Amino acid sequence: MSTVTTAGGGRARGRGERGVGKSILLHATLLAAVAVSLFPIVWLFLTSLKPRDGWLSSELEIFNQPSLDNYVRVLTETQFPTWLLNSVIVAGLTTVIGVFLASTTGYAVSRFRFPGYRGVMWMLLVIQMFPVAILIVPLYNLMAGLGLLNQIPGLVIAYMTVAVPFCAWMMKSYFDSIPREIDQAGLVDGLTPFGAFWRVILPLARPSLAVTAFYSFMTAWGEVAYATVFMSQEEKRTLAIGLQQFVGQHWSDWGLLTAAAVLIAVPAAIVFLLVQRHLVTGLTAGATKS
Amino acid sequence: MALSTGRVNNTARDRAAGADGTRGRGRPPGGLRQGLDRHWYAWAMVAPVILVTALLVGWPLARGVYLSLTDATEANIGRTIGVNVIPSTYEFVWFDNYVAILTSGLFWEKLTWTVVWTVTCVAFHYGLGLGLALLLNRKLRFRSAYRLLLILPWAIPGFVSAFIWRYLYNSDFGVINAMLRAAGLGGVGWLDDPTTAKIAVIAVNVWMGVPFMMVAVLGGLQSIPGELYEAAEVDGATPWQRFCFITIPSLRTVSSTVVLLGTIWTFNMFPVIYLISGGGPGSSTEILVTYAFREAFTGVRDYSNSAAWGVIILLLLVVLAVVYRRSLRKQGEVW
Repeated sequence: MSTVTTAGGGRARGRGERGVGKSILLHATLLAAVAVSLFPIVWLFLTSLKPRDGWLSSELEIFNQPSLDNYVRVLTETQFPTWLLNSVIVAGLTTVIGVFLASTTGYAVSRFRFPGYRGVMWMLLVIQMFPVAILIVPLYNLMAGLGLLNQIPGLVIAYMTVAVPFCAWMMKSYFDSIPREIDQAGLVDGLTPFGAFWRVILPLARPSLAVTAFYSFMTAWGEVAYATVFMSQEEKRTLAIGLQQFVGQHWSDWGLLTAAAVLIAVPAAIVFLLVQRHLVTGLTAGATKS
Repeated sequence: MALSTGRVNNTARDRAAGADGTRGRGRPPGGLRQGLDRHWYAWAMVAPVILVTALLVGWPLARGVYLSLTDATEANIGRTIGVNVIPSTYEFVWFDNYVAILTSGLFWEKLTWTVVWTVTCVAFHYGLGLGLALLLNRKLRFRSAYRLLLILPWAIPGFVSAFIWRYLYNSDFGVINAMLRAAGLGGVGWLDDPTTAKIAVIAVNVWMGVPFMMVAVLGGLQSIPGELYEAAEVDGATPWQRFCFITIPSLRTVSSTVVLLGTIWTFNMFPVIYLISGGGPGSSTEILVTYAFREAFTGVRDYSNSAAWGVIILLLLVVLAVVYRRSLRKQGEVW
């Protein structure tokens, strides 16, 4: 609640003016929050730079004999590169297929009021909340029957169930924000409804397509449950399960784990920071348009 | 229209396409026909997703519900080993699984913990997110820098965060215990005791979830017109009154969306629990989702029981969705 009162107190003096004490308090609060949010990440990075068994020390040392030993070992002595490749393929395929399937649906539910509309909306909303637990066993049996266990397409198919409804929902919010007059202008110019969608609306929705693609990529990239169950062979694993091996029940090497974690987190974080401004808008657009 | 319903779609669609020129659009050709003329392109656009979800969600769901009414386990389910086909020997037991689950103390224990987990996490997410957003929504030096740094936990993939925290919590080599020792206090076996383990997983989830709420609420705050505050100031409203009567009501739509999303995500949050505490010690930090997963895939795989757990979890979430939809409708969304 202290945050609330400081917020109100500042306005009493008029916008942008506040006492020195309040300024210090404000910055101190924010700095504390930043410290909490950054500390684990910084610590991860520092640990990864320690020498081979550096993580075993229980002393508080910030920087002691930095070395790239852990990175070298992760890249040369483990299956990390294979897992990375698997993850990229799985997440890439999920993204492409998911976004393609979802954009048509998103457009249809955004523009047309057709019989079955409510059913589709319900389905999209409810499937987003499907617990892993209910689908995983039947899907596992289905995959086993089709011989798709330990196969990348099998995992991609499983991720479709998560990605497609979510993407469709996101795309609908975005299409809602494009004025209908634009489609109508296309129709007047002689395009079919599909033509208007494909040639006029989709190009306009490019930013949203990018964000949706990013979301489904991240979903597939970080998924644990399906991957654990469907990909039991070592060379078929994705990163999320492969990493579990570094810190197993009998043997753990946090040096390897931290180096691998940095290698995964850095590219993900860079892309994330580039698109983050649009992420929330896409999700809450339906709610904020009022 | 003496067509079987299965073929209606294609045949009539072709006709609709071909017939457009010959028949006037205004002629009343019967309800179904009219519907197809008007809506076939909408249906065609929705069709791929309907097909995919029917196949990948509908079928497994039906199968899951069916399994939940049987006593299938790994031992008695039909399978093929090489050329030998072993037939299924499980039986239909109606609602025995549900009765067993709902009358067991375990279910209520897990449900209580799941509710505590969800409510605590979402409350902290929203509370801290709102607080930070209010701070960031002011004229402030380094504002973008603060925002960027505060968002970082969200940018790290969830499973990576889970591993980082597990290392921080490590009782021998973790930095949290190292700090406690440096401060002269004893180390704590964070993940070895049910209470501290619960606090630990909640802390991680709060750490991961606050940035999303912060950014969402900040977006909402920035869309509130400044004139509202100016008018209120002229009318002599105190800062607290302005917060209660302008900020909070203006944020309502954003808040309800993000709180619902946060609730669903937290309720189903698999990686944090599974990767950090593994549900342990014992099964004390196991939420419903991870518990059902463990039932299905450890030891003798108990397919029927885990399916019954899944159905119960789904029903809980559907109730949540109904409540949500009702509140959306009050705000004027039509569906």
